[in-house]
Amino acid sequence: MVAVSVSQRVASDDQLARLLQIGIVLEEVVEARTHRHYQQLDAELDAEVETLLADAAEESADHRERLEALIEGLGVESVPFGEIESLVDARYGRTRPEDFDDVLYDQLCNEETAYKFYDDLIEAIEGSDAVFSIDREELLTTLTTIRDEEAEGVREVTEVMERR
Amino acid sequence: MNTADQYLKTIYVVQDSEDGPASTGSIADALGVSPASANEMIGKLEERGLAEHEKYKGVTLTDDGIVRARDALQTYCIIERFLANVLAVEDFQAEARELEAVIDDTVAERLDTIIDRQPECPDCFDPESDACACLEIAPTPVEPEKQ
Repeated sequence: MVAVSVSQRVASDDQLARLLQIGIVLEEVVEARTHRHYQQLDAELDAEVETLLADAAEESADHRERLEALIEGLGVESVPFGEIESLVDARYGRTRPEDFDDVLYDQLCNEETAYKFYDDLIEAIEGSDAVFSIDREELLTTLTTIRDEEAEGVREVTEVMERR
Repeated sequence: MNTADQYLKTIYVVQDSEDGPASTGSIADALGVSPASANEMIGKLEERGLAEHEKYKGVTLTDDGIVRARDALQTYCIIERFLANVLAVEDFQAEARELEAVIDDTVAERLDTIIDRQPECPDCFDPESDACACLEIAPTPVEPEKQ
């Protein structure tokens, strides 16, 4: 068995780039799943849920672009959306939502997961004294903005769920 | 995955390979920490009812400890499989070890929705290769996006 790291810090450009790639994949998963929800439940979606999903997909695309700009600064390639979309499609049957509640619950999981990911990443960057080849302040500002938007997303979905 | 979970996962794997209680030395070696650090965390795990430590014998996980250790091992397998099959990372074990502390269980569960993990996971984990024995490396890695 090989020794494992017990530090919760981001120690290098490579490690940071990999974590940002994971963030991009998480956003792509949200986009792809939201798109599938549209397709599956198209006729049944009411205006409120439809707007919620449209806004979520748009926000994920925006987050993805911001993450891509960061990893471009690190000289690392992005993860092609088409690949992730086909993986989501291939696995979707296992987790296909049956009704509105499932769609909203899935959306809540998306937002909560993304929030947790960015929150942990920010903590790990703040706990590290590593020097990255992109501006540390800009990195933390971007991630904090994205995290706060995810928190807002959790609040919005929860409100819609509570009204139903 | 927090530090306690990393310890639980390690104790679980060491116990399995030693077919009995895990010695503090083996746990410290596997985690790359000093025996004193390992002892300190083992004490905390005991206080939380997750492990039992018997002098000169070693550490044994309780039933609650085993449940958490298996969850942690599963999270680790998800990270490895995701790195190997989705991001086509060659040295996925080393990267998984680096990243596991920063990847939470809920995040791993989301990544799990796009990988093809086997139902026997995490029993298929092989400590020698530090990877799932069922893991197949993607024959056609994800093509990098053109810049």
